[in-house]
Amino acid sequence: MNREQIRTQVLEQLAAVAPDADVQHLAVDADVREALDLDSLDFLRFVGALHKATGVSIPEAEYRTVCTVSGCVDYLAGHASA
Amino acid sequence: MADFIMPSLGSDMEAGTLVKWRRAVGDRVARGDILAEVETDKGIIEVETFVSGVIDRFVVEPGAKVPVGTVLAIIHDEAGALISPVPRERAAPAALPRASPLTRRRARELGVELAEVAPSSPDGIVSVADVERAAEGKKAPTAETKPSPERRMRRAIAATLSRAKREIPHFYLRHTIDLHTATSWLERHNVSRAPEERVIAGALLVRAVARAARAVSELNAHMREVDGEWEAKPLDHVHVGVAISLRGGGLVAPAIHDADRLGCDDLMRALVDVTTRARAGTLRSSEMSDATITLTSLGERGVDEVVPVVFPPQVAMVGAGSVRTRPWVVDGSVVARPLVELTLAVDHRVTDGHRASRFLLEMEKLLVTAPEEP
Repeated sequence: MNREQIRTQVLEQLAAVAPDADVQHLAVDADVREALDLDSLDFLRFVGALHKATGVSIPEAEYRTVCTVSGCVDYLAGHASA
Repeated sequence: MADFIMPSLGSDMEAGTLVKWRRAVGDRVARGDILAEVETDKGIIEVETFVSGVIDRFVVEPGAKVPVGTVLAIIHDEAGALISPVPRERAAPAALPRASPLTRRRARELGVELAEVAPSSPDGIVSVADVERAAEGKKAPTAETKPSPERRMRRAIAATLSRAKREIPHFYLRHTIDLHTATSWLERHNVSRAPEERVIAGALLVRAVARAARAVSELNAHMREVDGEWEAKPLDHVHVGVAISLRGGGLVAPAIHDADRLGCDDLMRALVDVTTRARAGTLRSSEMSDATITLTSLGERGVDEVVPVVFPPQVAMVGAGSVRTRPWVVDGSVVARPLVELTLAVDHRVTDGHRASRFLLEMEKLLVTAPEEP
């Protein structure tokens, strides 16, 4: 999975958690929890959906790293199997 | 024979609109089966039957708005069904499109059939925008005159809580609780688990509310008017209502049944389930009316404190502010600890501050001790 494919996955899963939001125009460095008004349950669903889609289980300690689109793409790109 | 009636899904609900039947005449139904969808100001709710039997006939047709208590259908017991056999031929109920209560209501207002709307979301959830796009070519005649779903839900919330503020003599107790043990337990519990199996602090709060309600039972009650007098009826079961904000605006507080008997993992699953269904518009009538005490929690990103309004006919509600790391004195030393401000709102007709304070102390006892069960 290349970075563009990962980015597509991240945006798709964000859109699933926040179906009313326009995720395509989300700033890559914006905290998605703030920008999309996600609570801790929403964010856990997002991380869970990424796990199912990519096979990468993001630990809680990395939540701060993956709370932006760019951080999330970086993390998944570094941990996803080829 | 039993009547299947328009239920009361909130203390201020006077009427509801039957949206559709989910079962057919002649169907055999069991207690807990969903028979109908009813539209209220708080969304479309799936209504369950509380008796088992066979549906003999429908009394009310979809689209009709009828008062609470109106007989919607007649259900015969098994013996009755044998005496009066009814046709069995029917189509299986169609799968419901996934949509929030607000979206479903908007679709009804605009005369749009949800099943015909193509969702723009990749997960197949139909949004209000999808419905409005689909309606553009239809020129729904009533769209201009009816208030929006958001407006109607806001009115319903205002009506219920205005009454609560007017009629319930509230008092409030506040307590700061150190969540160090709880958050440490969560870290250990979650570290080797997949995200789908993790537990959040909110589940521990629900657990603490449920068990404190069991221990301080006068706060696990419903207020009733008997012969012109108010009377608090203690309840046998603890069903914790959890306040859930809907993404399109508005708020619902469905119940997690028998929450005092559930371990952390089961509570977490129940919390995820009820939150997901609240936002998808598939809550059940029992979940809307059964709560015996309610928790509103601001989660991780809210403010320090929330002072709740008791939701009638309940007699108490707990507000949890956001968990924040602050200075705290432990064994004579100031240390950084994750703290939460809990505020308990109580109906003064039921009890007083001294008794009610036991509830928050019980919650503290539960939260400063690692859960024994997963």
